[in-house]
Amino acid sequence: MIHTEDMLKVFAKYRGNAVVIPGRGGRHWHTISDKPERDVPLGDPAMGGHGSFGLGFALARPNEKVILFDSEGDILMNMGALPTIAEKAPPNFYHFMLDNGVYATTGGQPVPNAQNIAYDVIAKGSGYPSTFSFDNLEDFTNNIEAILNAPGPVFVALKIHPEVENVPINQRIRWNPRSRDKVISDLQAEIGPRK
Amino acid sequence: MTQQTAELSPETVLEELKKNGVTHVVWLPDSETNWLYLLMQAEPTLDLITVSREGQAFSTAAGLAVGGAKPVILIQNTGLQESGDSMRGWVMGMHIPVVLMVGYRGYTRHGDNTDTAATYTEPFLNAYNIKYYLIENNDDAGRITRAFEEAEKAQGPVAVLVGDEFHGFNR
Repeated sequence: MIHTEDMLKVFAKYRGNAVVIPGRGGRHWHTISDKPERDVPLGDPAMGGHGSFGLGFALARPNEKVILFDSEGDILMNMGALPTIAEKAPPNFYHFMLDNGVYATTGGQPVPNAQNIAYDVIAKGSGYPSTFSFDNLEDFTNNIEAILNAPGPVFVALKIHPEVENVPINQRIRWNPRSRDKVISDLQAEIGPRK
Repeated sequence: MTQQTAELSPETVLEELKKNGVTHVVWLPDSETNWLYLLMQAEPTLDLITVSREGQAFSTAAGLAVGGAKPVILIQNTGLQESGDSMRGWVMGMHIPVVLMVGYRGYTRHGDNTDTAATYTEPFLNAYNIKYYLIENNDDAGRITRAFEEAEKAQGPVAVLVGDEFHGFNR
């Protein structure tokens, strides 16, 4: 099992100038990232859509490396997005998935068949040309540079420790200092108009 | 008494999309749009993105729009009704200007619908406070451009209900 924060600290060394959509890793990433203007922490606009959002952004910006930290709960909710991503196959899209086996923000109930599902196999079967699965930080650390240096789309499943929240949603501490509108306007100012 | 015979041609719809600078069509085929699909496929200025459930179209369109592209969503009213949460979160909540071209399955001009897909289409759009235009023939095509203008102004979704599904699109 991998701790999300540790994994993101390793990833940060190889991030380069990529646009990062931190997804469920956002609460850790915002204290680690040194390029917040190229980060797209959207919170949770509607569960299940991060993969498709990442695809759309990567297609619109083929010259930007786009890295998404999706979650297994999101993917289960919209698994049909995987064949679409694989069909469009943007070479600038790097699809990481944080798999803690539970719905952590609702108290830690297990996702369906949590112990037996192989997301990298599903991604491979959906047509991703390259897939990986890591359940320890050492293997992730040894492979992350090569993964990011190869063309996408790539799917990387990561077994992570659950960080369960049991506080009522309106009492949770807001970790993102920027509104969604501000995140988008900062990003668009940074990457400039589409050519 | 005059009888309306004009149809909505797929060429007209395609022309409207091109005129409004659409770069990507995010779509899921419905029962009557194959002819439009063939035209779009042959159009080099359009990139087609096929989704497998309509909710995905909204988050895909959001990503495209944030990246500076101009998507249009082409789906059926059945799928629109499935997409509520995704539309709310990814398009309305993120202020994404996008036109939804929605096949109006079951629509009859007489208001005597026997298909519940049609019965609930306009109440669904009204529930989300989404403006919509009905097009039934080529004379209505200008409403597509108006929808693009309204979406830009509202920074949100505007729907075009394609009420001609059962003849003009399926030659």
